[in-house]
Amino acid sequence: MDQFEVKALFGGDVSWYTPTNVTLWMALTVVAASALMIFGARGRAIIPTRAQSAAEMTYGFVYKMVEDVAGHDAVRFFPHVFTVFMFVLFANLLGLIPFAFTTTSHIAVTAVLALTVFLSVTALGFILNGPKFLGLFWVSSAPLALRPALAVIELISYFARPVSHSIRLAGAMMAGHAVAKVFAGFASALGAAFFVPVLAVTALYALELLVAVIQAYVFTILTCVYLRDALHPSH
Amino acid sequence: MEEIEASGTGMPQLDITTFSNQIFWLVVTLVVLFYIMSRVALPRVAAVLADRRGTITSDIAAAEDYKLRAQEAEAAYNKALADARVEAQSIIDAAKAEMQEELDQQIAKANAEIAAKSSESERRIREIRDSAMEMVTQVSKDATGDIVEAFGVPAEASRIDEAVSARLKGGAA
Repeated sequence: MDQFEVKALFGGDVSWYTPTNVTLWMALTVVAASALMIFGARGRAIIPTRAQSAAEMTYGFVYKMVEDVAGHDAVRFFPHVFTVFMFVLFANLLGLIPFAFTTTSHIAVTAVLALTVFLSVTALGFILNGPKFLGLFWVSSAPLALRPALAVIELISYFARPVSHSIRLAGAMMAGHAVAKVFAGFASALGAAFFVPVLAVTALYALELLVAVIQAYVFTILTCVYLRDALHPSH
Repeated sequence: MEEIEASGTGMPQLDITTFSNQIFWLVVTLVVLFYIMSRVALPRVAAVLADRRGTITSDIAAAEDYKLRAQEAEAAYNKALADARVEAQSIIDAAKAEMQEELDQQIAKANAEIAAKSSESERRIREIRDSAMEMVTQVSKDATGDIVEAFGVPAEASRIDEAVSARLKGGAA
């Protein structure tokens, strides 16, 4: 479990401002995201290079996601959604580098991310729709007698959103890394049969690569779904 | 706090002493990343994409324009061809008409010459016939006078003339 430990970079205790491995790997996340989006697209060519193509595809992928899931009027929040996507994606991917620290495997990080999304989306809902935003909990298509019960369920599910949103990401990241660690531990214990867990870790690594991207995608698309609810609260 | 540090094998994720540190750096990271993305990266990529869309649109428009011009050129070519055909036909017609006119003139001229020559010939034939007739008359009168004298009758010229003329007329009739 030491791979998840938060350590001060230059020794000493960890207080709120201490540069830690969290600082390092979050900074690397910013560097990697900027490298793709700025350095990759620096040619600004009509016929793109491979790196520029990758930057444009990332842009187009998230843009289309926002437009399709949250609606065309949600495009003004595209930079915010894009920032969330890039952060989660590169934090997940960089975490897969051996000896790296995975910032998104910490519930503190994902919870703050999810709460930021939750609070800003809820505030946005009330600012844009006023009291009508509460219509999100009042299922007007259901029979009148059922509506109060449904409202309670809707309310609970609404407040469960940031919980599932954050635990899903942190759990997936942590589980994958922990399993890899356990398999790697087998390799030294098994002696001559060491190659079995090594192969398993290799296969697991490929799966984790997939999970890293998918979790970034899931986190972002859920953000878009919540954003749509804020912009169009009526069922 | 002591409890958490005591359980050293516990999950570092649940060590709340590091939460403030992580949250602080997360907020810093998100703010920095948001400004880099929204101020620099995304406008650039958006500009490139818009540029490309513009280029593609204008290229398609240019292609459309070239196509239109090609069609115009083809139409002009066909028109020129048709004009040339018409002109050639008119030149041929004019040449034919000119030749026909000249031919008509020549024929008319030849006809006139033929007519003049034949009338001249007729006139001369008539002259020859007339002079022949006069000579026949003279010879007849001379012969008649000689015959009458031979019978011993004095020849009266006026009576002989009358008789011969009457005879010739009757013979001619």
